[in-house]
Formats: sequence, C-alpha cells, structure tokens
Amino acid sequence: MSAKWIGLFAFAALALLAPAASADGFAGLGGEAAGFEQATPGKPLVFPRDFGPHPGFRTEWWYLTANLTDDSGASYGVQWTLFRQARAPGIERPGWASQNIWMGHAAVTTATEHLFAETFARGGVGQAGVTAEPFRAWIDDWTFAADADAPGAGLSRLTISANGPGFRYAFDLAADKPVVRQGDQGFSLKSDDGRASYYFSQPFFRIDGVLVLHGRQVKLSGLAWMDREWSSQPLAATQKGWDWFSLHFSTGAKLMVFRLRDETGRDFRAGTWIGADGAQQALGRDDIVLTPLAPTPVSGRVVPVGWKLQVKSQGIDIETTPVNAASWMATSFPYWEGPIAFHGSHEGKGYLEMTGY
Amino acid sequence: MRVAFWTLVTLLSHWRRRPANFAALFVGLAIATALWSGVQALNAHARDSYDRAASVFAGDGAQSLVPGGGGAVSQDVFVKLRLAGWKVSPALEGTLLVRGLPFQLIGIEPLSLPRGQQLGGLLGEDGFGAFFDPPGQTIAAPETLRDLRAQEGAAISLDGGRTLPPIKSSARSAPGVLVVDIGVAQALLGRPGQISRLILREPPAAGTPTLADVAGDALRFLPPGEEEADLRRLTESFHLNLTAFGLLAFLVGLFIVHAAFGLAFEQRLAMVRTMRAVGVSARTLVAAMVAELVLLALVAGGVGVAAGFQLASALLPNVAASLDALYGAQVAGRLALNGKWLLSGLGIALGGALIAAAGGLSKAFHLPVLAAAQPFAWRQAQQNFMRRRAFFALLAFAVALAAYFFGKGLYSGFATIAGLLFGAALLLPTLLAGALRLGEKAASAPLAQWFWADSQQQLPGLSLALTALMLALATNVGVGGMVEGFRQTFTHWLDERLAAEVYFEAAGAPQAQSIEAWLAMRPEVRAVLPAAKTMVRLAGWPTEIVGMTAHETYRSHFPLIAQSDDPWDLVKRGDGVLVSEQLAHRLDLALGSTLEIPVGSAIWRPKIVGVFPDYGNPKGQARIDIDALTRHWPDAPRTTYGLRVAPDAVAPLIAAMQAGFGAQIVRITDQAFVKKISMRIFEHTFAVTAALNTLTLIVSAIALLASLSTLSNMRIAQVAPVWALGVPRRRLAQLEFLRILLLTAATAVVALPLGLALSWCLVAVVNVQAFGWRLPFYLFPGQWAQILALALLTASLAAIAPILRLNRTTPAELTRVFANER
Repeated sequence: MSAKWIGLFAFAALALLAPAASADGFAGLGGEAAGFEQATPGKPLVFPRDFGPHPGFRTEWWYLTANLTDDSGASYGVQWTLFRQARAPGIERPGWASQNIWMGHAAVTTATEHLFAETFARGGVGQAGVTAEPFRAWIDDWTFAADADAPGAGLSRLTISANGPGFRYAFDLAADKPVVRQGDQGFSLKSDDGRASYYFSQPFFRIDGVLVLHGRQVKLSGLAWMDREWSSQPLAATQKGWDWFSLHFSTGAKLMVFRLRDETGRDFRAGTWIGADGAQQALGRDDIVLTPLAPTPVSGRVVPVGWKLQVKSQGIDIETTPVNAASWMATSFPYWEGPIAFHGSHEGKGYLEMTGY
Repeated sequence: MRVAFWTLVTLLSHWRRRPANFAALFVGLAIATALWSGVQALNAHARDSYDRAASVFAGDGAQSLVPGGGGAVSQDVFVKLRLAGWKVSPALEGTLLVRGLPFQLIGIEPLSLPRGQQLGGLLGEDGFGAFFDPPGQTIAAPETLRDLRAQEGAAISLDGGRTLPPIKSSARSAPGVLVVDIGVAQALLGRPGQISRLILREPPAAGTPTLADVAGDALRFLPPGEEEADLRRLTESFHLNLTAFGLLAFLVGLFIVHAAFGLAFEQRLAMVRTMRAVGVSARTLVAAMVAELVLLALVAGGVGVAAGFQLASALLPNVAASLDALYGAQVAGRLALNGKWLLSGLGIALGGALIAAAGGLSKAFHLPVLAAAQPFAWRQAQQNFMRRRAFFALLAFAVALAAYFFGKGLYSGFATIAGLLFGAALLLPTLLAGALRLGEKAASAPLAQWFWADSQQQLPGLSLALTALMLALATNVGVGGMVEGFRQTFTHWLDERLAAEVYFEAAGAPQAQSIEAWLAMRPEVRAVLPAAKTMVRLAGWPTEIVGMTAHETYRSHFPLIAQSDDPWDLVKRGDGVLVSEQLAHRLDLALGSTLEIPVGSAIWRPKIVGVFPDYGNPKGQARIDIDALTRHWPDAPRTTYGLRVAPDAVAPLIAAMQAGFGAQIVRITDQAFVKKISMRIFEHTFAVTAALNTLTLIVSAIALLASLSTLSNMRIAQVAPVWALGVPRRRLAQLEFLRILLLTAATAVVALPLGLALSWCLVAVVNVQAFGWRLPFYLFPGQWAQILALALLTASLAAIAPILRLNRTTPAELTRVFANER
C-alpha cells in the first residue's frame, strides 16, 4: 500500500465535494469500477512500459518522497506526486472530452515549516500527462522525467522539479539497483476481500539538487523513494484511512509497511523488507505490529505523529519521530505526510503518511 | 379643499362626454412614454450587460489575458503558459440565441480556475465532475432559468438545433449568463480548440518565463476597466442614436398631448367660465387642472412604461444581435424591470404632460371671467400667435445653421437636426394658413370661399396633429433615405470588398503552411490571398493592422475613396499604408501624410497612400503589405486566407478542404455566406430604426385621428348653417374629406424637403460624427411617392369616421344647432 490511495479519496472528494462524505463515496465509485481493467495476480510487470500510464485502469500515481540534509546536517523532506483518475472507462476521448483528470501535490518540510502546493489538470489537452519512453511525467511546470543529460541511463537517472508558494526545487536522482516489485511480483493485495493494485517501487535513489526556500538557495542531498501504483478497485467502504511507512535503514536496507484501518476492527497490514542488496521479502499481517504513540493536535485533529513499529521476523523494534509534527497537507483531501527519523533496534529515516484522521 | 375636489370632479366629467378626446390624450401620453422609456430600457440593459460581462471574470483581483489581435487564440497558448508555470485558466465567450433571446455563453475550465474566483464558486455544491462529465451542466442564475422558461435539469434547445447540457440553477451566477465547460462551449460556438481569454489570479512566481517569452504577441494583459471603457466608447454612438430616436418619438407623442389638451381646454371654456362665475378662484381651478393632469400622467405614464417594457423586450434580440455583430458586445438575457427606470418613466410622462399642457394652464389662470369663448376670437388670437411662431421658427433654423457650421461632434449634429425639425414644426401652421389664404383669394364661388375660410378656421385645431404628421413623415423620408442609401452603398461595397470566392482560417501557422502547400497544387485555385492581423492602439483607439498581398484582385476590386498614384505599388514595397475612413477621420489623417504606428518601443511611419471605406467597423483599420506586417510583428498569426476560385469549383473545393484538413481549418465559408451574414447584420442594425420609424408614423396617425374626431364634434355648429343654405350633407362630407386630403398633402409637401434635409444631416453629419464614415447622399423619388401615399392613406383612415358621422348626422341634429347655440 502506499499513500497514493489518497488519489481515490481526493477524487471522491472532488466528485461529491463534500469532504465529510468521503468514505461514503467509495460505494458509488465501486459500482462505477465496472468497465475498467482489474489487478489480477500472475501478470508480470514490464519496464519501461509500466512507468507509463495504464489508461485501462481507473487510477494510478507517480510518487516520490525524499529525505535530505543540507551542509549543516539539518533535515528536509520533499514530496512530488502525480495522480491520474479516469472518470469513465473506455478509450480516452479527445480534447476536453477526455475522462482523465490529473492532480499534482508537491511539498517541502523542514523542522519549522511545511510548505505544499496542489494543482489540477484535465486530460486531453496536454496540460498534464505521462509518457513511458522516454519517461516523462508532468503537470504544469512540475516535471519528473528521464535525465536528458544521461541518455541511455533509462529509469536509473531522473530529474524532478516542482514549485509552490515559498518554494521551488529541482533535483537529480540516480539509482544503482533495479526496481522492487511489491506484494506478489507487483500484485499488491489491499483487503481481505481481494481488492488489489499493481505496485512497484524504486527505494534506492540517491538525490541531490537545489531547493529555493523563500528566495534562499539551499543545496541538499539524501535518499529518495519512488512508488508507482495503478488499480481500478477503490478501498472497501469500511476502510477509513491508513498509516504508511517507507523507511531507509542506516544499513542500506529498506522497509515498506502499511496498515489500512478498518471500522470492523480488523486492520489490513502488509509490507516488504528489502535488503541492502535488493533482495526482498514480503511481510504478512501478523508479522507487523504498529502502535500509535504521540497523539498530537494538528490542524484541528488529533494525529499520532510518533509510532512504535515492530517487524518480528526481522527483529525490528523501532520508534519514529517526525521532523515536523505539523506536516499537514491541507489539500482538497487533507492528510499528514512528512519526513521522520527512527531509533531503537535500528536507525534511519523515512516518510510517513497518515490519512483518515 | 371641498371646492377643489368638486372642481376636479367637474373637470373630469368632461372626459366622460368626450371619450375620443380623452383617448387621444391618454394614448398620446402613453405612447410618448412607451417609446422613450423603451429606448431607455434598451440602453440601460445593454450598458448593464457590458459591466456584467467585464465583472464576470473580475473578483478576487483576478486578471485577464486576452488575444492581442482581438477575437480568439488557440488553446495551445493556454497549455504553453501552464507548462511554463503560469497559473492561467482558459475561457471562451460567445452569444447564443434561445428562441430569439440572446444569452452570453461562457465556457470555463473549473479545475484550473483559481479557488474563490467568481466563476469557480459557481460549482460549489456538487463539484466539478457533474459539470464536465457527459452530459455536463449549464449553470445559470434563477432569473435566467425563468427567462429560458426552463426547469432545473432541462436540456435547452438552441436556435440552430444544438442542445445545452442540463441546466442547473445557481444564485451566484450572473443573470443572462450561461456557464458551461470549455469543451462544451467550443462545440456550441463552433470554435474547437479556441479560447478568448485566460484568467490569472496571481502573477507568476519569480523565475517564471515572461508572457512574451511564452506566447509572443498572442496575448496581452487586459488592464482593469479597459474592457468596459472600450465597450462603452465603441457603443456610445449606437446608444446615442437610439436615444435620439426615442426623444423624437417622445416629442411627437407630446404633440399629441399638447393637441388633445389644447382641444379639451377649448371645449371646456364654457365650463371653466361657468365655474369661475360661480366663485371658483383661478388658483383653485388651475390647481384642479394640474391635479387632473398629474392623475392622468401617472395612469397613462404607467401604461406607457409597461408598453415601453414590452417594446424594448421585442426589440432586444435585434439590438443584441447588432451590438454583438458590430462591437462584439454581449447583451444577454431578458430585460429586468427596475424601480429607478419605472420612476424615471413616470417622471418623464409627468414632466412631458406638464410641458405639453403649460400653455393651456397658463391661459386658464389668466382667463378673464367674462371672456367670450368664440371660435373666431380664438382664430384671431391664433393669428397673433402664429406671427410669434414664425419668429421662433426662424430662430430655430438659425440655431440649426449655427450648430452645423460651428458645432463639432455628434451632439451638434443632433442639434442641427433638432433645430430643423423644431423650426419646421413651428412654421408649418403658418405655411398652411398662407396656402389656405391664397386659396381663399383665388376662389370665387360662395361654397369654395366658404371651404377655404372654414379650412382656415379649422387649422388651429388640426395644426398640432398635422405638425406631428409632418415630423413623422420627414423622419420617414430622412431615415428611409439614409437606410436605403446605406443599403445600396453597403451592397456595392460588399461586392467589391468580398472579391475572393472562398475564405478560411487555419488553426495555426504550421497548419496554414501545409494547407497553403496543398492549395498551390490545386488547378482550380487561381490565387491564394493570405492575410494576417494584429492589434495596436492609435491615439488610444483600438486599431487593426491587417497585412494583405497587393494582388491583382485587390488592385481591381478593393474599394478606395481616395488614393495617391499607384497606391498598391507603394503598399507592396512595404512603405505605403491604406487607412480606413473612420481612422482617417478620427486621427485627422490626410493622404500623403504618415501614420505613426507603435511597434514594440519604436514608431513605424508608413506613408498614407489610400483611404478605404470600412462600414460597420467600430475599430480603426490600417492595411499594409503582409510581408511588412510579418517583419514588424513576427508573431502575428498568418492564418486567414481568401481564395480566388472559379464559381462552380467553390463547393467541391470547400468539401475537399474540409475532408482533407478537418480540425486544421477553424472556419471556412464561401463568399455568398459572408455576404448573407453581413447583410443580416445590416438588417439587424436597422430593424430597430425601422421599428421606431413606423411607430412614430403610427403615433402621428393617432394624433390626426384624435384631432379630427374631436373637431368633428365642434363642426356641427359651423356646418349646420351651410346645410341650412341648401348644401346636401353628402356634399359637405365630400368637402370635409377633400379638406383633410388637401391639408395632409400640403403637410407632406412641406415634409419632403425637411426629410431630405434630415437625411442629408444623417449621412453627412451624424454618421460621420458617430461612426467616422460618410455615406453618399441618394434621392429616392419612389420612396417619397410611397410616403406621400402612406400619408394620404393615414389621413383618409383618420378622417373616415368623423366624415361618416357627419354624413349620418340627422337633419334634426343639425337644426338643433340654431336652437342651442354654443
């Protein structure tokens, strides 16, 4: 799972424009899913094709989070997200009649500030889109694309840029390991009744570049994590939100863990352990224990910004703390998303996303 | 107080006995108010629409970017700007007709609209999806739904066959405006891939490429208020002309009121004398008369305002179509009643009635108690008055001449016309009386002498109605001549100007190039005439700079009203410019001088080598060689073309181009269609004029009818002795009829030169001042014959009822005159 289900929430919110009714929106959306392609196990992912859009599916996203530091060692977080949502199945209609809607989120987090921006675009006219080869995802002047200065490097060398009120960033990304297929060879189950998505990640990006913050240039470098996910099945109506972690261990290992909170009390938990060599191991529900620690008032809600996270099979027992507890994305569908650090059995940093609070 | 009340009741009792007189007064006042307030309603509604059109996109400090050359640009510019970091949102505006009623259609793109921006707020309750997912939504104000006679959710059919998406009511929408998704608007307006405006809430962040870097000259910032100011300035002449017509109609109406009130005063002299004799003071009497008038003015004015509203509603589609076609100004929706307008309508009715009745009231105040109310005495008094009138008439003519020679601007043009009309109106009774006196001198038979003398006796009672008729006839001659002259000039001009057989516009420069290459290989295409356009401001006035080729087609066809030697060679060399008549007029440009055109930060000074008529264009226009245009304005899109094609190859070529290029061609039409559209615009423009013209004539016919029927009641006293002397009633009726025809014909004869003078003023003074172009002055004798016939017909119709009555008057009634002298 990844934060990107937020796309569904956001678009559900758009469709009804009554944020309080967001969860109810899923029933309606579920009905409309007929006509779209469904995620089924056993279908191998193909690259670079799957970096591009999947118009047969209802929703998908391109997503990057990065933990960075400046010369003085101060922590920064950066987010870049592009969602596509088809409002009706079938071949994309030309021009303004296109059923695709694109949504971009960008954010920059420091210990004292959390800046974000949101932008929307209709499909069909060129304001936003994604091409697989060469890879290029864009909305307005935000881009996430293959590095033109490194031809032939494919998806291992990318550039990313975005801007918003008070910030503007441009970074280079480089990875030396192949992408990680989440779940069962990229088929990622999301609920006990079989809802699923296709999901792969590139958690091994090194990132560096320049952030302009309130007009001041800051050189930053660090680690980044990219997610790609596509699906046609919304969450179950009883699934009210989620908590999702992407963690970079100081050893070079990576961990992705999520929990879908269910009204019935039976949460859905899953994850993937990725060794420093890229070897991966899927984690089951009972292997993962997530305990909220620090209920904190954020933007009029109470959000657990600190967690105790245990993965028994890997001997992991850590506690996370946010770089900035107020990493609140007050976008169309608001959520908490920001950089974190963790200590305990292991050390490292990563990103946390929490929705439905 | 009781005395005043009973005086009023007594005065009012008169109307019960004289319903025809009352009808004349009432109808005259109501019609005068209707015509005036109708025109005011049209003007006010149009001006409201301009402000609203401009304010729809304002709010929250949003700015607009509009096409530099006016009109529309490709939506690719929108995408380019977004990809460069400009947070713009596209919109497309246009006018749609629903059952003949115009509505402003605005296509918006809700996702990119700034939050909280006025249009963005419209979507509030059920979100973006329902707005643009098929079938989409049409958002309109509740009053617009009423205008459309539509229920929530209804799909409205447009004139022309297309259908609007289901309608949704929103109190936040502006009246008369229909908001749809931009894609829907492009389809409904037949402008795929085009936008007419970009909305920008905040300036782009530092480091974003400049507008010129991204879009070249294609777009410019619209300074706040410029849109309203331009529309108001461009349409000012149009509204002023409407106002002048409304005023004229109002004055004709007041003549009726004046005539009817004057007659009523005469008829009530005996009653007034009696009341004064039984002790009613002059003050009380006049107060009662004023109260009577106020009462009447309020009731008739109320009816008039209501009728004016109906009139304006009926004329609105034509006015809107004219304003849209001429100025691109969008006047939308149904007229709205407002209290201010209602009160001003009643006010003008009251004021007009008091002015029209002032003479009678003053006479009543000064009337000696024992004054004899004899018709002959009245005639004597009238003769004195006539001399004074002649003096005032000369004064009015002097004012007209002074306004013509010394005045400048549209108002002095109207002052000239007003002076002419007023002078002629004052002079008419004197002229008619003179003619009748000549007739009396020439007559020898007793009956003939009686006929002429009796005609003079009747003249004062009829003169006001005849004056109204004369004004209406003169207006008809003048305006009819102007419109017909314009029609001939315009048709001829269209034939010359539209020399190419096919016109098309490509979606963009690359498409234009590929189409041009294709056309070069077609044997039936004899010439390809590209054109390009950009927009500049010369002395603050929006002016189009059009680039054209100095092709043989233009050399032999393009109409010029003044030119130097070899103008086309100079244009082709790139240093000659042709200017439109209105540009030359407004900037006071002469052949051989230079035109100063700002190009970037420099000034380009080509030589003026020709002046061409450009009827109907509210903007200035200058024509230069297309290569010169491209040199000075490299970004001006070269996308419009005229094609010279053999007539029988036109339809197949258009079909082949449409099949071959599809959406690469934004618009393609043949010459016949452009002419048809142009003539339709012409007809729309003058439909309002024609309607007001006809109404004025009808009003004057009513005036004549009212005067004649009122007079006929007083006639018995004069006719009875002639009958008693042995002239049969049938003969008397014939004489009465002849008299009316004679007076009407004489009036028409006076009206003709006045009409011609009016026509000349309109084409040579008012038109030049209002629009900047001068029309040739034509004479249309056929039209005059028609108008004369119309006048005689009007008079015959008006005379027929009183004459039939006279014919049917029984001998008993006639003899009673001798027993019951007035």
